[in-house]
Amino acid sequence: MKKLIAQREIDVNEEGYLLDFNQWDKEIGKSLADENSISLTDRHWEVIDFLHEKYRKEEPLSIRGIKKSGVIDIKEFYSLFPGGPLKVSTLIAGIPKPKSCI
Amino acid sequence: MANHMIKKLPKKEWKITIVDQYKTHYYQPGFLFLPFDIYTTKQVKKNGKKFIPKGAEYIQKKIELIQPETNTVILEDKDKLEYDILIVATGSKTAPDEIEGMNGPMWYKNIFDFYTYEGAKALRDKLREWEGGKLVVHITEMPIKCPVAPLEFAFLADSYFKHKGMRDKVDITFVTPLGGAFTKPTATKTLHYLLEEKNIKEVTDFNIERVDYENNKIIDYADKEVEYDLLVTVPTNMGDALIERSGMGDDLNFIPTNKGSLQTLDHENIFAIGDATNIPASKAGSVAHFEAEILTDNILRFIKGEELKEEFDGHANCFIETGNGKALLIDFNYTHEPVEGTFPFPGVGPLRLLKESRANHMGKMAFRWVYWNMLIKGVHIPFVSATMSEKGKKFQEVN
Repeated sequence: MKKLIAQREIDVNEEGYLLDFNQWDKEIGKSLADENSISLTDRHWEVIDFLHEKYRKEEPLSIRGIKKSGVIDIKEFYSLFPGGPLKVSTLIAGIPKPKSCI
Repeated sequence: MANHMIKKLPKKEWKITIVDQYKTHYYQPGFLFLPFDIYTTKQVKKNGKKFIPKGAEYIQKKIELIQPETNTVILEDKDKLEYDILIVATGSKTAPDEIEGMNGPMWYKNIFDFYTYEGAKALRDKLREWEGGKLVVHITEMPIKCPVAPLEFAFLADSYFKHKGMRDKVDITFVTPLGGAFTKPTATKTLHYLLEEKNIKEVTDFNIERVDYENNKIIDYADKEVEYDLLVTVPTNMGDALIERSGMGDDLNFIPTNKGSLQTLDHENIFAIGDATNIPASKAGSVAHFEAEILTDNILRFIKGEELKEEFDGHANCFIETGNGKALLIDFNYTHEPVEGTFPFPGVGPLRLLKESRANHMGKMAFRWVYWNMLIKGVHIPFVSATMSEKGKKFQEVN
């Protein structure tokens, strides 16, 4: 389905996750963050950069992976993206949230 | 792979050596049934030697190190093996030490895994005498091998306690780090009723920090707590420590591998198969089986100096037990989520995809025979191709 984000028509799934990462840019990220009542700081962007790198390498995302990366500790990750840090951060980063096979 | 390669390579030019530290080969899908006394211990293990093809050398030793720069494998007794081509199939293992309090004094007392032979057997003994209470089925983190097995465990537990006439004494909760027990749109829509029907509670987005084994609760990073009387957990899954020792893995010891060709990214004469790789396919036995057919062709191309084909599409095909003698069947790949349809013959079946049926359960039970007699021996399963067929399936969207 289409959704208007930052004045642009973007393809998203039922939960609002982008279907095509090529449609993402920082403006889209900012707009999605606003919807979740998050104002993005440099720390948020560092995490988003890290998520993009993992996504490009097709590496699975997990809380432990974030912890090991040294980019951020888990408590801070939760405070930056309240309400499920991986779920919220991947939405803002324009990438799919972690999934299982069914 | 040895069974495949030995038929293809001229004996005079090639020597195949298999190094395996374990004497016993386990039918790992059977570990799901062992705790519920559906399978016996004898049905899930055989002597590995039985499956080694004639003409291949079988070394039963642990590997100390792989040295890709010199094309050498160092064994535990410091013996050296040299190779032209190396196939790594070291799998994945549970790592309960990764979570504080998991592998502590209550491990195998009221905290169990069922992904190991020892864990499944200890859990069987526990369930035989358990009088009920809060059963928590828990996934530590993804990726895990057979991602649906924890859900199957919860379904089978429901059946097991019903048959024992004590379902009313057991409270079952499914705890996952993901957004739901089901995470794909079609599966969520068609299968969520199973949880409601079986009265299985769901706790989602739970990222475990530690097990408080003194007070019987698991605690996540957001300080959310789930209490248990019996915790059945799937610990972190990691690649073998050998991969870490050899400096060949990512932070979970999985080997960076081309997801289409199965050649490792760092070394052109090293290939990886099954759970040992980091490819974004499901860590399931069927995946390794399909990979083997494609990898065999690619290794033959590599030997001839031809370009490899990136043919593997992430194809997985799994039976999912739903309890009460029924099961589901799913068929999917990198780009297509499991959907409804028929399998393996379009429009005919006889198996139905993403629908509960007794035929699917019979399929799952028959699969043990297929595993011991066909899969390990590298025999092609009739009508099931290594890459996924799109025929006979109801696709609505492509991810």
